[in-house]
Amino acid sequence: MADVGASPLAELSAGARHAPPDSAVRVKIVPVRGLPLVGAVLVGLVWAIAANALWALDFFHVVAGAVWTVLDLFLGFVLGPTLGRLSIPARGEFTARFMPKMVLIMPTAVVCTLAAGWQLALHLGNVLASSPNHGWVVASMVVVAVMAVIALGILEPANIAVLFEMRKPRPNGEVIARLMRRFIFTAGITGAMQVATLVIMTRLAT
Amino acid sequence: MKYQGPGDPQDVLNRHVPPVAELTVGSLALMLVGGVYIGAHLPGNVPLLVPAALLVGGGILTAAALGLIMRIPDFAHGTFLQVARWAVLAYLVIAGLLAYVFIRDGARGSMLLILVATLFLFAVDVPTVMAFTVARYHEPGRRDGAARE
Repeated sequence: MADVGASPLAELSAGARHAPPDSAVRVKIVPVRGLPLVGAVLVGLVWAIAANALWALDFFHVVAGAVWTVLDLFLGFVLGPTLGRLSIPARGEFTARFMPKMVLIMPTAVVCTLAAGWQLALHLGNVLASSPNHGWVVASMVVVAVMAVIALGILEPANIAVLFEMRKPRPNGEVIARLMRRFIFTAGITGAMQVATLVIMTRLAT
Repeated sequence: MKYQGPGDPQDVLNRHVPPVAELTVGSLALMLVGGVYIGAHLPGNVPLLVPAALLVGGGILTAAALGLIMRIPDFAHGTFLQVARWAVLAYLVIAGLLAYVFIRDGARGSMLLILVATLFLFAVDVPTVMAFTVARYHEPGRRDGAARE
């Protein structure tokens, strides 16, 4: 057992480095059973865009946007700090079961939010330069772009790399600690940026 | 620190790798700036000089990153390809969906060409940085991190 005062990341690092080979968690990178559901959601999205149905576009944008925003806020401000204080086995088990689900949920939520949101803004005339809401739409695109650079360039690769590391017979604790630190830090940034999204979206809706 | 063989945990942490992730994320940022620029001008006429310049800049950064990956000695190229090919497939679906939205809304000609190329580069950049991040912590020769049965 590590010292009470030791950093959780250091604990993970030391613990996993000396883990016996048979302690490796059997981790799935992509939960294949979830792919049909993702496919069904994307088919629904394409139908909503093709039909240009206002309610369906609104539904996809609001529901997927809520999933994206709430998950980012929850991960950044609740789950991330909690995860950092869990014991090594608990953190390992949680990560092995939670992260693969995020691999499916987040890209699906993001593409639904963006595609339906663009079509909705076009439908409502918010993307026209003459619209009083045009500035807010552009501001939301800028926020999304910054979040996308952080999420796709840093957070998601760290997530995938942790899962691959955990599949090894001898997971390298220091690699996992470094990647998890990156994951928790960037999740906090995207969580904070989601507050800006909430401000922009509520401005657009009123 | 003394090198203790391919299983040495310090080895994968401290070995020098070229700035592939930085180049790819730079390219990704340029593509997103281009996307925002085009999105901010649609559905009107989009001045194409800026997105075209961003596309060329991003293409150079991505090509440099891929060139560097091929030249890294003792790199887990097998793991890189294993991750990249599935990620490319996933992100091509996402990019295709976004392209469909713009085509559905009447994007045509040079603007559509730049938009599709921007989305294509986006669909290459994300898998590249993802696969590189996984492969840089793997020992060369091991195709994936699966536990041996």
